[in-house]
Parts: sequence; structure tokens; C-alpha cells
Amino acid sequence: MPKESKHIYSVSEITQKIKSLLEEHIGEIWLEGEISNFKAASSGHFYFSLKDPGAVILAAMFAYANRGLKFKPEDGLKVICFGKVDVYGPRGQYQIIVERIEPKGVGARQLAFEQLKKKLASEGLFDPGHKRRLPLMPFRVGIVTSSKGAAVRDILQILKNGAPLVDVVISPVRVQGDQAAGEIAAAVDELNEFGKIDLIIVSRGGGSAEDLWAFNEEIVVRAIYNSRLPVISALGHQINTTLADLAADVFVETPSAAAKAIVDKKNSLLAELAGLKHELDFSINGIIGRLKNSLVALAHALKSPRDRLLEKQQQLDELRANLNYNLRHYLEMARERSASVISRLGVLSPLAILSRGYSLSMIVGQDAVIKDAQQLKPGDKVKTVLHKGSFISLVQEIVSDPKRKLFPCQAGKGTGVIKSIAGGSNER
Amino acid sequence: MKDKENFEDDLKKLQKIVEELSSGKLTLGESLKKYEEGIRLSQGCSQVLGEAQRKVELLMKKDGKFSLEKADEDLA
Repeated sequence: MPKESKHIYSVSEITQKIKSLLEEHIGEIWLEGEISNFKAASSGHFYFSLKDPGAVILAAMFAYANRGLKFKPEDGLKVICFGKVDVYGPRGQYQIIVERIEPKGVGARQLAFEQLKKKLASEGLFDPGHKRRLPLMPFRVGIVTSSKGAAVRDILQILKNGAPLVDVVISPVRVQGDQAAGEIAAAVDELNEFGKIDLIIVSRGGGSAEDLWAFNEEIVVRAIYNSRLPVISALGHQINTTLADLAADVFVETPSAAAKAIVDKKNSLLAELAGLKHELDFSINGIIGRLKNSLVALAHALKSPRDRLLEKQQQLDELRANLNYNLRHYLEMARERSASVISRLGVLSPLAILSRGYSLSMIVGQDAVIKDAQQLKPGDKVKTVLHKGSFISLVQEIVSDPKRKLFPCQAGKGTGVIKSIAGGSNER
Repeated sequence: MKDKENFEDDLKKLQKIVEELSSGKLTLGESLKKYEEGIRLSQGCSQVLGEAQRKVELLMKKDGKFSLEKADEDLA
């Protein structure tokens, strides 16, 4: 039963009272729960529910509070929120106005990193197909880094020693702190705008994951992705790969490594040039050598007229020598032949017969040799020729000798007798 | 500076010349001409890589205009 205090509240009054009660008795609290029904309104405010197995509470996180949020709250995420429980009069609902929110389990940054990585990957910012080709030789390198850090000194020192042809344009930026990401992104853009650069190195000396945070910021990753000039990311980190690394065309572990890569590039180009020059020399020497050889062969084939004359003369000399030899040979043969004929003639000569004691007789005044006694008559004058000398005699009587009648006949046949005589001469 | 800008093209030209010359399909006159050009290119390219005068500058932007400032002595 209602008692004496018969105060009648208006809806607003009671709502206001509830609000005060909540403020007074609960106030600012830490609350753990799982996000559901998450909505980011166009005003920038976040509206969602936090629940656990037994209950649910509405939550609102206004734009001013969520602006600096590193990760994106999403359904199913377990979070710890800080805020105050309040009443939203127009709807008669109580809710928690969240001032800070942190993912439970992983760190906020880690979560933010994973979320951003996933988002940018799905947009294709890390696509291998998007990577720009590094120049054959970067003659002018733009470096985005702190002008006071160790990174720039390392790079400059290595380039000075190994590739002093490389000009350097430094775009100085802060590499940590809240301003860093914006400055780094702007520097990448500006170097692209400036243009007279072959390559950009985004660099920072060593540091913790916290120190490197700027290189995980979306604005930096997008600037690297959108760069027209190729970008090398050279952050001195030991473990974690940054999103800048993933978006860059090449990433190396340290600033020094970036500079060394340029020096190596220069040296390998010099080696290639030396090789090419060697090939040029080799080819031209081959060409000239081959021509020289064929020239020698041609010269050989193409004898001068004088050489031909000399050759002919030589041939002539040979022929002459042959002729002489043949002629002498022929003459000797002829001489031998005539000698044998002469010797045979000697055997046949009547004079030779005379030396053997025979004689020739002829009638004086006639040349014919007397072969038959019938040619003579007594009183004929006969001249008889001997081997040595001759004499003249008178025929006294003709003697007929029938037994030897045949002989003159045979002698008349001539050769038979001569032959027998010649045979006798041979027998000697 | 001009050679630097043409470095990549020059190197490609040189590679092509080396290829042509080694093919053995050129006349002596052509070969000698190519050889001469090849030597000129290779010397040019090597010279560019061998240069030892570098500049270290800081890029500054003021009112939308770029300027280059010489870097500190200890950096350069």
C-alpha cells in the first residue's frame, strides 16, 4: 500500500532519478563482454551490445572517443570497455557510454594490425602483380627517413664507399610519434611529385614493434602502394614484418641491406659490362681472323704472273734436262749400235779375208774379181791382191777341176759362203 | 647526367650489338661499325658507373614548390 508520501513522478523525473542512482552507485566501471550488433553510424558514433551468456547491455561509443581507435570493433570480439552506465531517456534504455575499448587477449595494436592487414590484402595492396620493377641502376635515390637517425648515416656511408655515383635526396620525416605516419606518407607522395628520382627507400633504424608502428599505418601503406616510383622498405626490425614491408616492391631487413643491394647492383652491372666487352673483342677477333685466313688461302690461289713465269721456266728447265738425258741416251745407243755394225762390217770386209791368207785376182784392166777359171785364157795379165801388197802375173794354163765345179756355183749364191766365213769369224 | 638517363637503353643496345656481332651474319664493314659502337657504349656505361661525385640533398617543399638543400657536412 502506498503511504503518506504521495509524490507522483513524471517519466522524465523518474528517468532522471534512475540516472542519478546509476551514476551514484555504479559510475565509471570496467566491463567485459562480447560485441554484438555492431554498427558504425554515419555520424562516426559506434552502437553495439555487449553480452555474456546470461545478459546483454547496450553500448554507445561516440566519435570523439573512438577516433583514435587502432582496431575496428566487430561482432564476436571479446573486449574490455571503460565507461559509465547511463540512461538514454528517449528510449528508456540503460546503456554504457564507452570511453575506451580494448580487445581481450591480444593487444589492441596486434588486433588492429591483423584487421588492417586483412582489409588491405583484400583490396590488393600486397599483390605481387602490383610490384614495380626496380630500375636497372638507381642513379638517384630518395630516402624517406629521419635526417638524424642511424639509418640515413648507414645508407650514406655504404653508398659512399661502394657506389659513390649514386645521388641521394633525403626527405626528412619523423619516424615515430603521432605525426610520423602522416609525414612518411606525405614524403613518399612528394618524392613522386618531385620526380627526379629512380627509387625510394623508406627507412628507419632498429626499433621495437611500438617504435615501428607508423609503418603499419594505413596512410603509409597506401602511399607506398600508390607510389609511381619503386619503393624499398628498409626498417631495422628483428621479428615482425610491417604492412609497409608488404606493400613495398622490395623489403630488406635493415637500412644497410638496402644500400648494399644498390652497391651489389652496380658491381654486377660492371661485371656484365666487362663480359660484354670481352664478347665484343672475341667476336671481332674471330671475324678478322677468319677473313685473314681466307685471304691467305686466296692469295695462295691467286699466283702472280711472275710466279707463273717462274713456274713455266722451271718446267722448261726440267724438260730441257730430260731432253738432254734422252738425247745422250739415244746417241749412246746409236753409237753402240753402229759400233756393232762396224765390227760386223769388219768381219765381212774382203780385206779382213785377205789377212787370213786369201787373195783376190782380177784381169788387169777389169774391175771384176775372177771367180771362174773359164774367164781366163793363157796370156791374160792377172792382178792378185794380197793382205799386204799385190802382184801381177801372166796366166800360163787353165786348169779345169771338175770336183770343185759345184763350189763356184755355191759361191755364186754368195751368202752361204759368206755366212760360213762370218760364222768362222764369230767362232774366234 | 645524359648518360645516366640513357644507361638502361645503352646497355640494351650494347647487349643487342654483342648478339648481332656474335651471330657472324654481318659483313666486315658492318661488324667493324657495330664493334666500334659497342665499345663506345660499354665505355660510356662503365664510365657512368665509375663516377665518384655524388650529391646528398634534402628535399624541401615550401608553398607547393620544391627545393633541394645541401645536406649537412657530416651526412654528405
